[in-house]
Amino acid sequence: MNFQALFKPKTVAVIGVSLTNDRHPANVVYTKNHLRYPIKVFPVNPRGGVLGGQTVFAHISEIPEKVDLAVIAARAEQVPTILSDCVAAGVSAAIIISAGFAETGRLDLQDRIALIAREAGFPFVGPNCLGIYSPSHMDTFFLPPERMVRPNPGNVALVSQSGGVLVDQIVKFAEEGVGLSRAISIGNKALIGELELLNYLAQDPETEVIGFYVEGFGRNEGREFILAASHCPKPVIVLKAGKSPGGGRAVSSHTASLAGDYETFSTVLSQYGVVEARDQLEMISFCESLSCYQRSIKGNIGIITGSGGHGALAVDTCTGHGLAVPFLSEQAQNEIRKNLTSSVQPIASLGNPIDLTGSAVDDDFVFATSYLSRRSEFDCIVMLLLPYLPGITSDIGARVSQIYQQEHKPLVAYVPHVEKYRMIIEGFEFNRMPVSPSIEGAVLMAEALRRGKPC
Amino acid sequence: MLTEEVKDILLASRELGWVLEPEAKRLFSLAGFDVPKFMWAPEIEEAVRFAQEIGYPVAAKVVSPRVLHKSDVGGVVVGIGSDEKLSETFARFKHLEGFAGMLVEEMVSGVELIVGAKIDYQFGPVILLGMGGIGVEIYRDTTLRMAPLKEKDVDSMLKDLKAHQLLEGYRGSEPVNLTELKAMVVAFSDLVMELEGYIESIDLNPVLCSSRRCVVADARIMLEATKPFHEANAIS
Repeated sequence: MNFQALFKPKTVAVIGVSLTNDRHPANVVYTKNHLRYPIKVFPVNPRGGVLGGQTVFAHISEIPEKVDLAVIAARAEQVPTILSDCVAAGVSAAIIISAGFAETGRLDLQDRIALIAREAGFPFVGPNCLGIYSPSHMDTFFLPPERMVRPNPGNVALVSQSGGVLVDQIVKFAEEGVGLSRAISIGNKALIGELELLNYLAQDPETEVIGFYVEGFGRNEGREFILAASHCPKPVIVLKAGKSPGGGRAVSSHTASLAGDYETFSTVLSQYGVVEARDQLEMISFCESLSCYQRSIKGNIGIITGSGGHGALAVDTCTGHGLAVPFLSEQAQNEIRKNLTSSVQPIASLGNPIDLTGSAVDDDFVFATSYLSRRSEFDCIVMLLLPYLPGITSDIGARVSQIYQQEHKPLVAYVPHVEKYRMIIEGFEFNRMPVSPSIEGAVLMAEALRRGKPC
Repeated sequence: MLTEEVKDILLASRELGWVLEPEAKRLFSLAGFDVPKFMWAPEIEEAVRFAQEIGYPVAAKVVSPRVLHKSDVGGVVVGIGSDEKLSETFARFKHLEGFAGMLVEEMVSGVELIVGAKIDYQFGPVILLGMGGIGVEIYRDTTLRMAPLKEKDVDSMLKDLKAHQLLEGYRGSEPVNLTELKAMVVAFSDLVMELEGYIESIDLNPVLCSSRRCVVADARIMLEATKPFHEANAIS
């Protein structure tokens, strides 16, 4: 099946628009795509008429142009017929937003539409979903645009069984400066599920990291997914919901009891080098970090800080996550010390954490970064940057990114995220260095690199 | 490929839903695994004759379709040293629910491990390895991998175990034969791949590992219950 029409349609029909209710999901989808995106959109309703000055077509076959994608938001009972009509009219793909299928006990309806599509080799996403958001191209989420927060276009694709969680992740992406390539809400995944999208996104030139929110796989579907993910050249991150045991099931063997659903899920992910995010904070941190760096590390962290306390907290967090914080030799410490500015030289403490103190200026951070970048005992640097220190300027992010360009040692930064420090944060982010608003998040970004599969 | 003999064992246990231990041992023996010398004795005379033949001490276990967890009902006695003690044990077992004979077997020693399998709904066959014995669910020192396994997978499983050092010879104790153990787990994983469609889960607990051998000292095979058997047959 060719997914091109799903992600890059030029012509879209929105089937099921209301002539009386502007808040109808189909109307929201029609209006936002008509007004905001570089695609041609046709409204469809059997009653015909006019919507916002545009002709409403009574039937998909009446549209005078070839339609690449149909967005279907009609009542569930009507969907099989509509889908057959789309196939007959030469439409290339569909997104079925309508609810009222397997999730409400109508597995029969769902099986019917899957059968129609399979027989015709016709790809569709859904039903019971939000569909696809391709930044600057198309958005089938039935959420009014003024309510949405959009991240910048970027290289992370998100696939989610839950539309709500997906939108939430997108909002967090915007907040944390993570760029999005595509977001796909797969709903009941009657035809296209995680596996099919993984295979598509693995080839998608705009996507470099693929994140999944998974509630559960069908029989043996997890096996197929994990084997495909293990061959995927891009990092794959999975957040699994439903970690607590189902309960109530009689378990007759020790193995069945010890190998619970979640234990199995989690172990199999790590067996095949797929990164498991245990919660939303991990998901966002891992996506951000892996969108900047895709090479995996062993997990030896050099910490550069402007505050001893932050350094100590970061060491604790690293240790808690199984990351090592190797001690720096006396000789190495002396080499750093003699290159620091004169006011910092006598007071800095350099054993790792490299505590440059509140008197540090950009040059001290830059030298320490440059030095650690060349030391083989570290494979990642965590920089704890306190923007209120008088010697720190907004140039710092751009300067340390120059070092990365030369030395290729990944660096993640902690900067408190308040509006006042935006310029400092952007100094890192615009130069493709990940920044977290918490120490925990920065350490998680380093951990993401360790959990990825070795290249 | 599963032999007809192995399939027959599974088929015959279909109604019960699990395989009685002597039959499970026979299955693993047929599949090339090291099991203790054993005999399923319906009468005391046969039990005594077999015990004398292999030499005391021996272990005795109750065989009953009503007893899935033998230790829980006092159905396992180890270190039996004489005909009298064996007869006494037999007499006691006779009163246990569903008594269908006594399993008499060679005593084997070694570190107690668990090697298990489960057909996971989402991921298919998965293999469990860990420290075994009756405390397996208390200590929970076990690890999992999706099957089939290669030897390097078993290496990484062993590293996952907290008690890893105990296997390598801890404070003067003899190390277990890791080559034997790894080969055994890989062979088990291969067998489980073939048993998918027949089984729900398997516990080999304990597997007794010494510096010489890894012996399947107990085996519990739970059969797939939700599928009609002809369908399972069609899979293989």
